[in-house]
Amino acid sequence: MAAQVITITSGKGGVGKTTVTANIGVALAALGKRVVCLDADIGLRNLDVVMGLENRIVYDIVDVVEGRCKMRQALIKDKRLSGLYLLPAAQTRDKSAVKPADLVRVCDQLRADHDFVLIDSAAGIEEGFRMAMAPADLILIVTNPEVSAVRDADRIIGLLEAAEKDPAKLIVNRLKPEMVSRGDMLDTGDVLEILAVDLIGIVPEDESVLISTNRGRPVAMDEKSLAGQAFRNIARRLLGEDVPFQTFRGQTNIFERFLRMVRSNGRQT
Amino acid sequence: MSGLFNFLRGHQEPTSRDVAKQRLQLVLVHDRANISPGLLEMLKDEIIAVISKHLEIDRQGVQITFTQSRNESRLVANIPLLDGRRRKTSG
Repeated sequence: MAAQVITITSGKGGVGKTTVTANIGVALAALGKRVVCLDADIGLRNLDVVMGLENRIVYDIVDVVEGRCKMRQALIKDKRLSGLYLLPAAQTRDKSAVKPADLVRVCDQLRADHDFVLIDSAAGIEEGFRMAMAPADLILIVTNPEVSAVRDADRIIGLLEAAEKDPAKLIVNRLKPEMVSRGDMLDTGDVLEILAVDLIGIVPEDESVLISTNRGRPVAMDEKSLAGQAFRNIARRLLGEDVPFQTFRGQTNIFERFLRMVRSNGRQT
Repeated sequence: MSGLFNFLRGHQEPTSRDVAKQRLQLVLVHDRANISPGLLEMLKDEIIAVISKHLEIDRQGVQITFTQSRNESRLVANIPLLDGRRRKTSG
């Protein structure tokens, strides 16, 4: 079976594209799929450190494109999870080193032996973005519940429509349920209403994401993490399962809620 | 084994902050010099192969490191030789 190529993009930088790519890759591989995580951010390589594979790089995607090595020499196998591979970006080249047609060719080469190719796109709407879009069968847009990120996501959606790409799906990343229930953060519903796209995942803000990235061990490998669970749910939805969305709002525990109730009463008297 | 040793010496598991800092320092050295850690591994294998043709070396003990200071970059190979005397007593 030929792989599905999924591009993860955002418009705005810093919303968590790379974290999302690494963790969906991990979650799909944990479900027994053969996955290549492809870093298309040429010149600003980061998927390698997020996946914890930075010490194993010899060749990168530019070496493959320019014929200096075979594909299998550049693919780094994750020893922790069978079926998971990284194709690293070049660190010292600029974005023009890989053209859209090159990436299409690279992906076509990967399709035969894998189930998914996940492309971590560069931020922005220029060259790097167009390159990462070229081979995509499905596009996932990552946004945060903040005005700037949602605005940039809307710009991406517009560009995809103009390019007559299939509708993208949205991941709302770093949602803070506490702030949403206080009425101080856009809710997923608000974001969906504004952007008019399908939702495929809501990932709560979770300290365990930073801690696991520090260690180079994607949080989707951590059974106990809330964010990890959210990434595993996205993977199952990509496989066609109907997984209900978690409601994070009620997930402050009873004790905390009681405490807050008592405190707010105290303030009133 | 080294974990047990560290435990007995009262060492604690490094915090994720420490791990992050170490990983960053290492990756930046390689980024700045444009020498990937994987390339060093390849160099190491080839150096071992070449030297083994002429000398008996302790392959496990070979270390190739890359260091960089303000005015020089240096590739350091530490290649322990197996000398006859020691081999007899240890093996």
